[in-house]
Amino acid sequence: MSGRLVSRLIIAAAIVVAAVLPIILPSWATLTTLILAKGIVVLGIIILLQAGQVSFGHAMFFGVGAYTIAFWGRYVGPGDLLLFLLLGPLIAMAFGLLIGLFVVRYREIFFGMLNLAFSMVMWSLLEKLYAFTNGADGIRVARPTLAGIAFTPEAFQYVLLYLTLGLVLVVSYGVQRYLDSPLGHMLRAIKGNETRLEYLGVSARKILLIGYVISAFLGGLGGVLVATAQQIATPEFAYWTKSGEFVFIAILGGIANAAGAFAGAAVFETVRFFASAQLANAWQLILGVVLIVIIMFAPNGLIGLRNRRKAQAEVRP
Amino acid sequence: MDSTIVILAICDGISYAALVFLVSVGLSLIFGVLRIVNVAHGSLYAYGAYMAATLSLLVAPISPWLTFPALLVASVLVGAIVGGLMERFLLRPVYHLEEVLQLLITFAVFMIMDNLQRMIWGVQPIFAAEPVKLLPNISILGVNYTSYQVLLLPLVAVITLFGLRYFLRYTLAGSIIMAVTEDREAATAIGIDARRVFLITFIIGASLAALGGALASPTTSLVPGMGTDMIVLSFAVAATAGLGQIEGAAVTALMIGLARAFIIYIQPELEVLVPYLIMMLVLLIRPMGLFGVNRVRKI
Repeated sequence: MSGRLVSRLIIAAAIVVAAVLPIILPSWATLTTLILAKGIVVLGIIILLQAGQVSFGHAMFFGVGAYTIAFWGRYVGPGDLLLFLLLGPLIAMAFGLLIGLFVVRYREIFFGMLNLAFSMVMWSLLEKLYAFTNGADGIRVARPTLAGIAFTPEAFQYVLLYLTLGLVLVVSYGVQRYLDSPLGHMLRAIKGNETRLEYLGVSARKILLIGYVISAFLGGLGGVLVATAQQIATPEFAYWTKSGEFVFIAILGGIANAAGAFAGAAVFETVRFFASAQLANAWQLILGVVLIVIIMFAPNGLIGLRNRRKAQAEVRP
Repeated sequence: MDSTIVILAICDGISYAALVFLVSVGLSLIFGVLRIVNVAHGSLYAYGAYMAATLSLLVAPISPWLTFPALLVASVLVGAIVGGLMERFLLRPVYHLEEVLQLLITFAVFMIMDNLQRMIWGVQPIFAAEPVKLLPNISILGVNYTSYQVLLLPLVAVITLFGLRYFLRYTLAGSIIMAVTEDREAATAIGIDARRVFLITFIIGASLAALGGALASPTTSLVPGMGTDMIVLSFAVAATAGLGQIEGAAVTALMIGLARAFIIYIQPELEVLVPYLIMMLVLLIRPMGLFGVNRVRKI
């Protein structure tokens, strides 16, 4: 059996598990939705990591998505999930374009720092403009309708789950296609050798900006989904530790392809879910240790572990 | 705006700037030598504060004056033990890996330390204001202020600034650190143990963060999350100044400290925004920071 086929089988199995498991264990429905939604955000981080750039402020786009629907509920009234799924990512994209125009001029530590600064500005605004945002308490998000149909809470968690799963398949395919396209290869060339890329007549900034805007879009989409699933948006969504968490998940899963984002998110959220249930308040400690172990012993992430075994198998006669 | 508020704002600004300077100069020093942005730096600040409070409460019954050496002992303890262990066992094995991964190791340490802090010292606010009470209040143009904050803190910051300058420029150990920073390979070739330099630098930087925390502990209540906020602030100062710039960090800390103090009296909601807005403006115009030198980009 070829490696490619095995990979596909594993991905197919993962999709089936994500779709079927919550039916058997209803308490897993929301958890699975969160895993998938966070995976979507992490896809955005992975795109930027292809170019060798780490954003330590990407949670701001996540926050933009979440607050889009929170503000809608507060100032406009009830809304439809389909509308939110369009509006949130588009507004995040607009933010991404604006901020991206500044930050793509910088690389490495400065890129990370500027993103951090922008996200902290957004966080402080969300937290301090109490009259508009309710401050640290956040804004409650009402359960939206879907295509005009209102659901009961029990039904809605499944509706949201399958909708998210569908979106995951669409965006993963899209991102994978993007990374395999010439645009994606040029993105990787920024990490490899930016000067050569420029000599080929390509504007590295433009290439990075495209990646940045796409990743902002994904951040916004994830934000809408998480705010809907958790029924709340808080400034915490845009705080730097959240950004760190996304980068963490990306490294945990491995950045070579889209599947890593979801593998990482699954492990991260599951560990958090069980650790916070079983060991009261030690989940952060456990995750920290997991992260260190992964970096020291499997710097290419969980997906990398499999690839390494594959590579070893191929070497053997 | 009347003069009392101006004086109050200046005093607030100076004492705050002194603390921020201590923390960010440690961050800057570590980055300058190890090329690592230490995300756990804020945690070292928090541990310094908690450790100082613990020691202070321990020695205060014997003699309240012992709390002053306790602050110093606490910061060295935290810097040497936590900082030393972190560099030796967590950072040293990953120097050959990508920068992203090194950054994430420190993020992992941040998560672990943050969690341990809550386990060790709990989530209830801790007060240990003994040292502030011991020193008299002074009156500046009719405004009363604690001399601990307006004299002692700036004094420690100034001593640190000139001490570091002297250490790095005029002592052998300092020259060795500078040599490794400048060209690690060449320094190693003439027999300098770069790994030891990294360890010592990290311990010094970590101790400075802890010292900032220890000195802050008598002036504020210690709560979880104090380190989380401090790290981004010290990032902002270090980046605005230019990473690795020691004098720059002092000037920038003062600038940001004063700006923040005045904003608190004018428009308190915007307080947290100030450092980041300053940082953004500066980095957009001068990406290498106010005092940074433009490096030739490697092809």
